[in-house]
Amino acid sequence: MGGIVGEDTDHEVKEMEHEVQAEVQEIPEATPEAMIVAEGLTKKYGQFTAVDALDLTVRRGEIFGLLGPNGAGKTTTILMLLGLTEPTSGTVRVAEYDPVRDPLSVKSIVGYLPDNVGFYPNMTGRQNLRYTAALNRISPKEAEERIEVLLADVGLADAAEKRAGKYSRGMRQRLAIADALVKDPSILILDEPTIGIDPEGVRELLAMLARLRDQDGMTILLSSHLLHQVQAVCDRVGIFVGGHLIAAGPVADLERQLANDDEVEFEISAFAADGRSADGGALDRLVGSLRSLDGVKDVIRQGDMVTVRGKSAVRAAAVKTVVDQGLLPVHLRQRGMSLDDIYDRYFREEASTGHASTK
Amino acid sequence: MPQPSNGSVALEGPGGSPSKGAARISRARGRFFPVGVGPVMRKELGDHLSGLRFGILLVLIGVTCLAAVYAASSVIREAASNSAQVEFAFLYLFTASGESLPSFVSFITFLAPLLGIALGFDALNSERSQGTLSRLISQPIHRDAVLQGKFFAGLSVVGLALTALVVIVGGIGIVLLGTTPSLQEVGRLVVFIIVTVIYVGFWLALAQLFSVLFKQAATSALASIAVWLFFAIFASLIVGLVVDAVAPAGENATYAELLRHEELSTTLNRISPGTLYDEATSALLNPSVRSLGVLVYEQVDRAIVGALSFSQSLILCWPQIVALIGCVLAFFTIGYILFMREEVRA
Repeated sequence: MGGIVGEDTDHEVKEMEHEVQAEVQEIPEATPEAMIVAEGLTKKYGQFTAVDALDLTVRRGEIFGLLGPNGAGKTTTILMLLGLTEPTSGTVRVAEYDPVRDPLSVKSIVGYLPDNVGFYPNMTGRQNLRYTAALNRISPKEAEERIEVLLADVGLADAAEKRAGKYSRGMRQRLAIADALVKDPSILILDEPTIGIDPEGVRELLAMLARLRDQDGMTILLSSHLLHQVQAVCDRVGIFVGGHLIAAGPVADLERQLANDDEVEFEISAFAADGRSADGGALDRLVGSLRSLDGVKDVIRQGDMVTVRGKSAVRAAAVKTVVDQGLLPVHLRQRGMSLDDIYDRYFREEASTGHASTK
Repeated sequence: MPQPSNGSVALEGPGGSPSKGAARISRARGRFFPVGVGPVMRKELGDHLSGLRFGILLVLIGVTCLAAVYAASSVIREAASNSAQVEFAFLYLFTASGESLPSFVSFITFLAPLLGIALGFDALNSERSQGTLSRLISQPIHRDAVLQGKFFAGLSVVGLALTALVVIVGGIGIVLLGTTPSLQEVGRLVVFIIVTVIYVGFWLALAQLFSVLFKQAATSALASIAVWLFFAIFASLIVGLVVDAVAPAGENATYAELLRHEELSTTLNRISPGTLYDEATSALLNPSVRSLGVLVYEQVDRAIVGALSFSQSLILCWPQIVALIGCVLAFFTIGYILFMREEVRA
């Protein structure tokens, strides 16, 4: 079901790029459903591997979130999708075009919002958009109509005649969205679109992206390092760390995946039987008996909070242990359940295995 | 501002097909210039013409040149009152220097590099630092279009300004001297303008190369000015030292030694595009110049004194013009290769 394959380090880098490229033309990957397909996409800068054998599929009409910390290779991936930099190996297909061979066609159907976007400071917002329209060979009449609509859509109708140099960061970001949409793209690629916008602006932006998906059937790929900001609007996300796509799928699937994991962390805090805080001795005894439970790997006490690491099945036994100790459990929370923790978790895994893969 | 005029293709009706943008682009292919030169050039032209920088330069060059011509006209009138006829008086207006002021041509020679540098030193690094470059090259245009559009916009502006200046000077000359230019003089002036545009193009290409190479606009401006100063001041000094060392010609040097000294000096000086431009303009604007190299006495013995025809002058300075064009192409190509290889990211 998933068009996306989670990438692991044991994936072999394809050597014969040209043969692979020739094959790709017949592989049914350029289906109308898959708008962006990357296979074994690799980018090396000297010894450094920025993107390592990435397999990625973005389907028509979905919002895909490429999530990862700074320097994970998100921007490099986007540049390769647009044909702005050549992959070291592997293949990309955007709609029916190959960005390596036909970057112009790709760029004509993909709206791109770069990281740290800027505008010509001496030109007004409208003039900046006009220039983009001219570069896309849109007739002046058509362009004026589109620009008018887009400026209103992003809430810049009043600032259209103001010089772009006087725009605030948030206004610039909104102008950049309009700029990416001037060419009436079928795919929209946004690199860190939420940076520098206030929370209200982020909400508006995400609502607009959802509207573009639902009304215009636009395919949207956005990258971000802030998971909670974008999780609500993403149909699927890919977690991208150190050049690897380490997990991908709908957010709910990722949560379930982690919940079924062999190793979860949960917090317990307990009060004494009389309803007051338990004393240190009682808690130490609790830690001791929790440690002896089958399936528990580690128990740490920090103040009143006891953190247990082990199989998820151990939770019930842990609560029973608390009661058996004559304490009242008042708080139980599994850490692996929130997206924050997924994120943390994957980053930690990557950090511990990352060294091996970059060499 | 960049109002796209002809050449734009109407947007297809709504359809949602991914190829609608591609259709706009595919129609623009197969032309001589890469896709996108037109809009880039129009935008840059607008920027130059409305910009303060170009205005300042134009005023500077205009004022100095007009002063030079005014001084020259008094010299010409004096000469005309002494002898019966001054040949090519109209051209003389551009080359004659007054008592205290250099000639129009020497002002242009001095200021042309500045013009080229000013128009090109921040061509690409300013786009990079503004964050507009990544937006620009993610549009469906060839990357060459960015460099070419900027280059041709700079050249057009220079050509426009120079033509205007020459026409104004010519008009003043007609009023002050009462002579009208002959067809030949007009032809020579037109070629002079073209050669000057090429010469400015050399400095523009160099400045653009530095704007690709250096991330800071200030660094690229300084580097360009350093090259200009080197050629304007130090190059001839260094050539003198080298020639004295390689082919010394002392007080009692033989004829062969002197000849070798002079020829080597001329050849080495011609490495500088300024020298090439100087030679080309002197042949173009001064019909009595018969040779641009070393001329020994035997060669001019019994030669009839007279002016060269336009075509002969053109033949005389043709190598210089070709060499200048070669320099422009070389520097433009280096900048182009560097830019094509560069990965543009924020």
